[in-house]
Amino acid sequence: MDTAPDTAVPRQTSPPPIPVDAPAPVSDRRPAASQPPHKTKIDVRSLNFFYGSFQALHDINIEIPEKRITALIGPSGCGKSTFLRTLNRINEMVRHARAEGSVALDGENVADLDVTNLRRRVGMVFQRPNPFPKSIFDNVAYGIRVNGLKGDGSLHDKVEHSLRRAALWDEVKDKLHQSAYSLSGGQQQRLCIARALAIDPEVLLLDEPCSALDPIATAKIEDLMFSLKKECTQVIVTHNMQQAARVAEFTGFFLMGRLIEFDRTAAIFKRPSRKETEDYITGRFG
Amino acid sequence: MNRLRYRKFVNGVMLGLTGVFTMITASVLFLILGYLVYNGSKSIDWNFFTKLPVPVGETGGGMANAIAGSATMVGLAALIGLPIGFFGGIYLAEFGGKSVTFAIRYTADLLNGVPSIVIGIFAWTVVVVPMHRFSALAGGFALSLMLIPIALRTTEQFLLNVPRPLREAALALGAPKWKVIANVVVPAASKGIMTGMILGIARIAGETAPLLFTALGNQFWARGLDEPTASLPVVIFTHAVAPYEEWQRQAWAAGLVLLGLVLATNIGARWILSRGIAVQKG
Amino acid sequence: MRGGDEVAHLITLAFAASVFLVTIFLVWELWLHSGPSRHKFGFSFLTGTDWDPVQGIFGALPYIYGTVVTSVVAMMIAIPLGVGAAVFLAELAPPRLSNGCTFLVELLAAVPSVIYGLLAMYSLVPLLRSYGEPFLKATLGFLPFFQGPAFGVGYLAAGLILAIMTLPYIISISRESLLEVPRDQREAALALGATKWEATSQVVVPFARLGIFGSIFLALARALGETMAVTMVIGNDPGIHASLLAPGHTIAAVIANEFAEASGALYQSSLVEMGLVLFLITIIINALARLLVIATSRKGTAHA
Repeated sequence: MDTAPDTAVPRQTSPPPIPVDAPAPVSDRRPAASQPPHKTKIDVRSLNFFYGSFQALHDINIEIPEKRITALIGPSGCGKSTFLRTLNRINEMVRHARAEGSVALDGENVADLDVTNLRRRVGMVFQRPNPFPKSIFDNVAYGIRVNGLKGDGSLHDKVEHSLRRAALWDEVKDKLHQSAYSLSGGQQQRLCIARALAIDPEVLLLDEPCSALDPIATAKIEDLMFSLKKECTQVIVTHNMQQAARVAEFTGFFLMGRLIEFDRTAAIFKRPSRKETEDYITGRFG
Repeated sequence: MNRLRYRKFVNGVMLGLTGVFTMITASVLFLILGYLVYNGSKSIDWNFFTKLPVPVGETGGGMANAIAGSATMVGLAALIGLPIGFFGGIYLAEFGGKSVTFAIRYTADLLNGVPSIVIGIFAWTVVVVPMHRFSALAGGFALSLMLIPIALRTTEQFLLNVPRPLREAALALGAPKWKVIANVVVPAASKGIMTGMILGIARIAGETAPLLFTALGNQFWARGLDEPTASLPVVIFTHAVAPYEEWQRQAWAAGLVLLGLVLATNIGARWILSRGIAVQKG
Repeated sequence: MRGGDEVAHLITLAFAASVFLVTIFLVWELWLHSGPSRHKFGFSFLTGTDWDPVQGIFGALPYIYGTVVTSVVAMMIAIPLGVGAAVFLAELAPPRLSNGCTFLVELLAAVPSVIYGLLAMYSLVPLLRSYGEPFLKATLGFLPFFQGPAFGVGYLAAGLILAIMTLPYIISISRESLLEVPRDQREAALALGATKWEATSQVVVPFARLGIFGSIFLALARALGETMAVTMVIGNDPGIHASLLAPGHTIAAVIANEFAEASGALYQSSLVEMGLVLFLITIIINALARLLVIATSRKGTAHA
């Protein structure tokens, strides 16, 4: 298990080393080349997103690295959730939502992919646990059944495998056919993760998954994210900077619909190149 | 890929099917209106609103007595039912203790669920039997019983919707509770309450069953409230089932008038409600 | 409590209590005036099949049968149509279309019963007589439900018009229940790669099932008590027939037709007793409906 990146203690003193008014050139936003090489899983170019006439995202350019954990931080309303939801096109459900620019998964524009297929490859965990009104077993099995994936191996084995990955198997193995609502909040959220993992997504999007959970449940989920690193690209939106510092190798800072800075987590927290980033990290706002 | 195509196919089929179901239902309203307008408008003329019915075989009759009778009995019902519902609703919203409120609300729901023909039976036992005659009073009483739960529920609902800070502000100024209710809470809820009441009146104006053996019917003007009285819905019924073509024509005309009134009231009330506050289910 | 408040409390309590009292009084009067027939026939009133005012023999079974049959036919048509339309309006339709259609559907609920009856008599019945029922006889005539002469009036016509009348209730309440399902239930299903229909039918509808069932029971209660439209197309035949094409009778219809001229205490009492039976049936169904609808709103979710 990888150790977490250097823990970030937000700096309390001294001004940033770079003048703030000039927007950082695009190349600054990509991680330094001297780091261990990684492929790009999701390549976003010039993404602008609109809800009707309101522009929620402005010219976002970002490369999400494969099989790493990327955190997106920023104050509420800054667009990080909106951005996350463009990656699996779930915000198409909103009326008058419009995207311009391109989001490419393994080189293919997601707008050209069949949306059902896209969502099989890019899974999502939501802010509040939202298990279906079904049994624990049926919740996990849902994605498998609806996509017709139960071909090889039995359904039961797949469900068990998922629940084990989510570190929930031991707690629920004797009550698989009870309602999902009989579980605690933290367990329900891990169930939702198991549900998302059951269809073997290549990417897992987590939208503030721990915001409704207590610290112990949060720790369990963070452990889970670590254990998934080798199998799955993860992007987590969080308003908890300590969490970002704990789990993510890369962090993007959003502010008012713009991606202000994107870099290795250590760099963001120790040597942010933008004043806005530093202000947020040191708690001057947000 | 085959499975995916199949799923998308099912998706499309279901979208179409449920859409068709919806269109069927929505178009029924247009069908009703269309049919009524087509059949009824031929018979609507000034006579219809001003003349009394004439014997079979003659022409030129109208249904003035039915229109007046309906208006009378609906008016009676409103006179009895609206205050009871209104003040009762104030009690439930403002004064009621838990169990008393529950009991009253429950019985009001019960009353609301009584089939209209059974309401007619009750009004018969209470008014017609002692009086030994059918009358507008009995009809008005029967209709009031249907209006009470509507007025009660709508008053209570809209009063409860008045935001608490509004009441608290008035109370904090030292006003006694009853004054707060009368001068602040009720006015704030008045638009919704009135709309609900109007909708309730439109509802009872169209009711037939409670009037069948309370007010019965009358070929002529009723000379008082204690006489059998004609009403629009009953007249529609009796004329529709009669074998005379002339009567059937009149039934269509009356139906058009009644439906026109009911729909106009409903649309108007909902329009008023939708401007400003959330629509409440009557 | 200060003086003015106490007066206000008492006055409003008096009005509220009168609602309670009048309802109790209603039940009492029904019980009282059905006395003669209750004492004479006892429970066999409910199973008796003869209705003979001249001889003084009254049995309610044909009317109970007709009430039940017409309501069942109505539900069988209205439930799929209504829930399907509700699903369309809540989940699949664009908002403007949804609001417009919902408005129309709610107006349908305001149309008086006698108007439905008028229309049914002169448009539905002829259509059934000339096309609908012959068609059913030709295709399904091997079933006992679709045999016998096609009059147009009868159980089928009544069931159809009842279905149309109860559709608005099912649609509007079910639609509201569906709209109350939390957004992230739908999104979670979609995020797993479900199609819109799959998400709707496998997740959203089950989630809202309590409210949907509630709406069905409510609609059923209305269908059972519906008088005028049914009276005008049921055919007024006091018998029990297996075929839906046959004319029949319902409790509400017989009371509507015969009460005004019923002479003699036993005759009147029998009609009142039938009203009592109808009342009891609708109380039970309504209570079930309220329980289901309240259960949804209180819990906020439909826990399995």
